[in-house]
Amino acid sequence: MNNIVKRYIPQILVILFVVLIFGFLTLNAQTNMDNRGIDFGFGFLSQESSFDVQFSLIEYSGSDSYARAFLVGLLNTLLVSFISIIICTILGVVIGVARLSSNYLIKNSAAWYVEFFRNIPLLLQIFFWYYAALRALPMPEKANAWFGVTYMTVKGYYIPSMVWQNLNIFLYSGLAAIIAIIVLRYYANNLRDTKGKQIPVLLYSAALLIVLPLLSFLFGGVSLEFEIPELKKLSKISYIYEGGISLPPELIALVLALSLYTSTFVAECVRAGIEGVSKGQKEAAASVGLTPNQVLKLVIMPQALRIIIPPTTNQYLNLTKNSSLAAAIAYPDLVLVFAGTALMQTGKAIEIVSITMLTYLTISLTIAAIMNWYNKKIEIKEK
Amino acid sequence: MFKIIKQLTSAVAMFAVLFAFSSETMAAKKSKTLENTKKRGFVRCGVSQGLPGFSNADESGNWTGIDVDVCRAVAAATLGDATKVKFTPLSAKERFTALTSGEIDILSRNTTWTLSRDADIGLTFVGVNFYDGQGFMVRKGSGIASTSEFKNGTSVCTNLGTTTELNMRDFFDSKGISYEPVVFEKADEVVAAYDAGRCDTYTTDKSGLAAQRTKLSAPDDHVVLPETISKEPLGPVVRQGDSVWEDIVRWSLNTMIEAEEYGVNSSNADMMKTSNNPAIKRLVGAEGELGAAFGLDNDWNLRIIKQVGNYGESYKRNIADTGILPDRGPNELWTKGGILYVPPAR
Repeated sequence: MNNIVKRYIPQILVILFVVLIFGFLTLNAQTNMDNRGIDFGFGFLSQESSFDVQFSLIEYSGSDSYARAFLVGLLNTLLVSFISIIICTILGVVIGVARLSSNYLIKNSAAWYVEFFRNIPLLLQIFFWYYAALRALPMPEKANAWFGVTYMTVKGYYIPSMVWQNLNIFLYSGLAAIIAIIVLRYYANNLRDTKGKQIPVLLYSAALLIVLPLLSFLFGGVSLEFEIPELKKLSKISYIYEGGISLPPELIALVLALSLYTSTFVAECVRAGIEGVSKGQKEAAASVGLTPNQVLKLVIMPQALRIIIPPTTNQYLNLTKNSSLAAAIAYPDLVLVFAGTALMQTGKAIEIVSITMLTYLTISLTIAAIMNWYNKKIEIKEK
Repeated sequence: MFKIIKQLTSAVAMFAVLFAFSSETMAAKKSKTLENTKKRGFVRCGVSQGLPGFSNADESGNWTGIDVDVCRAVAAATLGDATKVKFTPLSAKERFTALTSGEIDILSRNTTWTLSRDADIGLTFVGVNFYDGQGFMVRKGSGIASTSEFKNGTSVCTNLGTTTELNMRDFFDSKGISYEPVVFEKADEVVAAYDAGRCDTYTTDKSGLAAQRTKLSAPDDHVVLPETISKEPLGPVVRQGDSVWEDIVRWSLNTMIEAEEYGVNSSNADMMKTSNNPAIKRLVGAEGELGAAFGLDNDWNLRIIKQVGNYGESYKRNIADTGILPDRGPNELWTKGGILYVPPAR
């Protein structure tokens, strides 16, 4: 009895305390809002937003609802986070491995890179990439073509867009290739386990991935044309490119700043992971006749990943939350569009800020869940 | 022991009831905001983060501008000293929350009076101290002389959280032109991006354009287009629910405008006490009991005129003499061809 009391009383008290605090805060907000004639509600979400957004992944105009404006902002946040996470991971792995290189120049450049980019505040880096790089870029009419058809200008990066015929057939062929690769891997593993025979799976997979979609072009009626951006005159001195896809400079600056900054932390995680695997493992693997590639792939990496994944998850979460600094350089993310313009136009501060906070929480928890799942998968499985 | 506690509680309860009762009956006459302001000894006023002519701080932190003068007038009326104001610089995004949450008591920050702001979000607009309209600024070299020459794909730099964003959409939609809005949180960032060539045009209130133009690297290379695409009546705002405070702010502003109409200014205000015109005598507190209605003394309006000046003096000092908008345009008295027209103080 005494034990049960000891165990549960503190917990019950804590819960009561939390409930009371929340209750008080809600009540307080409610009375204050009542006093000031502000009403609480989410009805505004279905009202017409009547403002435009610079850059959107979905169809959107001012006649759409605030809910759709929220979606536009959310997708822009996800886009910038997704691209930055991929770039920072690739960069981070390369730099992290480079820091362990025996080559003096590579090792030290990597160390300098890490120390430089992780020690300057992120907001400053965003401003640097936006304002400094922006001023250095040419006006559209003076831009030289990169790769013949893309243009990097002060108004954005213009690339050709793809115009597909029978896109679905192409996608099916890609899907078929992926299924074929999975079957192939299964077959190859089986072959290795039963007969001890190895076949070059990677090479075959690459061939499948190229040949099947190619066949869809030749026989499936799939065709692809590129719409190339063309210079258009707006006034005597002002031009833009029309056609193709334009990536706003705000997006580019933000991706650059976020991925360069976060890649330094990822690089340190990678370095820690690799250094955390004891030297004996490598030597033992080499002594049983594995090639250096196999040593890295089969012995070092699986053990290093266990150390790398949890802190890297933190970095991904940080990156996603840091993407809210977008508002400083006019990239229309969730904070700028929804917690900025929409909040201003409706005045629904409490509603909008809570929605925004919940959204970031959901994004972060989702990323954490995915990474935890991956972490579980690569954990040592004790039998 | 218990007896004492019992007595104490009943005493407290009685006080509470009495207090509740008295505040209930007095609410009609007294203003909570005014009481708190007097207790605090200064007026809490929300202004911009720096818009020359409207609200701008110099190196030593002295605020000037016509928006600043409204708050100074309220301080002169309620506290007797126009310098007793604490200014809080606010971004467009923060301003309404700061007012509704009670951080400031007057928002005098070039804020456009619109129906939804007035009705929806717990605010009350008390008047107009500047009639503005949204315009566009372009580079002179572009050869664009009118908004009808904008083409599809024009990129437009502007500020976040303003009516500008809405007007811009109405304007381009009605003309059937597609455009790229580039929206920044701070005015300085808009200026920097427009200056760097990120945008073809910069849109905001025309007075704002005139003021921000001076911050560009080559102000003379830019020109404000003649069209005005919206009505932007800018004025001070107070919280909903304190109608006496609302009246004090409204009539402080009106006093400045009416003083100009009757030719009363900071230097002749005292002499006007002996004027033959009863309207002027009321304006300088020499006749009638106008202040009593707000719980103020009878010299409240005289102090405004003496310490801050009339509207014309404020305009000249802040906007005309600084070269922002030398021509008063619509912000001239109704008697001189403008649209400044305030109800009579009587």
